[in-house]
Amino acid sequence: MSGSSQNGNSDDLDKGASEADLSERRNLLNRKLEGQRKAEEAERAAKKSDNSGYAQAMKLSSEFISGVVVGGGLGWFVDQWFGTKPFGLIVFLLIGFAAGVLNVMRAAGRIAEPGQRYKRESSDDGGSN
Amino acid sequence: MANDPISQFKIQTLFPIEVGGMDFSFTNSSLFMVATVAAASAFLIFSTSGRGLVPSRVQSVSEMAYEFVAGMLRSSAGTEGMRFFPLVFSLFMFVLVANLFGMFPYFFTVTSHIIVTFALAMLVFLTVTIYGIMKHGTKFFHLFAPSGVPPVLLLIVAPIEVVSFLSRPISLSVRLFANMLAGHITLKVFAGFIVSMSAAGGVGIVGAILPLSMTVAITALEFLVSFLQAYVFTVLTCMYLNDALHPSH
Repeated sequence: MSGSSQNGNSDDLDKGASEADLSERRNLLNRKLEGQRKAEEAERAAKKSDNSGYAQAMKLSSEFISGVVVGGGLGWFVDQWFGTKPFGLIVFLLIGFAAGVLNVMRAAGRIAEPGQRYKRESSDDGGSN
Repeated sequence: MANDPISQFKIQTLFPIEVGGMDFSFTNSSLFMVATVAAASAFLIFSTSGRGLVPSRVQSVSEMAYEFVAGMLRSSAGTEGMRFFPLVFSLFMFVLVANLFGMFPYFFTVTSHIIVTFALAMLVFLTVTIYGIMKHGTKFFHLFAPSGVPPVLLLIVAPIEVVSFLSRPISLSVRLFANMLAGHITLKVFAGFIVSMSAAGGVGIVGAILPLSMTVAITALEFLVSFLQAYVFTVLTCMYLNDALHPSH
């Protein structure tokens, strides 16, 4: 996608570029990404208009819960086997939480599937939608 | 039949069988699994027995089912995915027929028990994992290490990807089970309202029209959900099989 190539270029820019210049570039990129995302969403909405909100809720919640459950289960087993009482559960629950969020974002189409993923700026992603 | 919405999911032993201290009893769940398989096979065998070049009505229904699943598998896993067609088609037919069987009054819904859906999901998961490792060896594990991620981040990203991969059978089974369970409970609760409201007489009978119309609407929704969940289960199976066939793209 065009977004990733521009990201790569901005890294090796010379340091002399002014702050204003950089922020303008970033704004431009943000706007571009926003437009692209809107187009993607509209396309998706048109494709799955018959998909009810109820089905969507079921899908996303099961994705998230399964991530946390698997993380917690793994952590519990690690604790049982290696006797690392609280730490396995803590670490794997956190990983499970991250995996759950990843699952949800994949299921919602905000992140590409494993094969065709690309880096994307996540500056103000959280608030939207 | 009891009026509480949960009792419809109760497992009842029909023929007690015990082997080596383990309970292998033939239950109402087993009965409906057998009935599901028998009905699906009987329908397919019956409908394809004519083998008309110009299909009869029943034959075109089973041809539609074939085309539907084959198209789904081909589009998400490519032509080499077609070697899994028997598995995917069996799963689709089993889930669909089991869901639709659940819509008959007094019938038991096999897919409303998580152990059943989890067994189906584990079948898919183990097929994907074992076939993926057999075919690609260690290259299969590139699934967990996306290209272009710096090695330092890989320490965090890889475990997250592994957990995300392991959570697939759970989300697959929970989604199907939760949809069927929630749908049947809702249906039963609204149907129970009709009985208890009309028992109050007078205004209650008039008021009972509301839950009655709701029950009719939910019944229609449940038929949609039965099909939709069978479809979703199959689509995700195809996507996971695609990972087994082409782990790194």
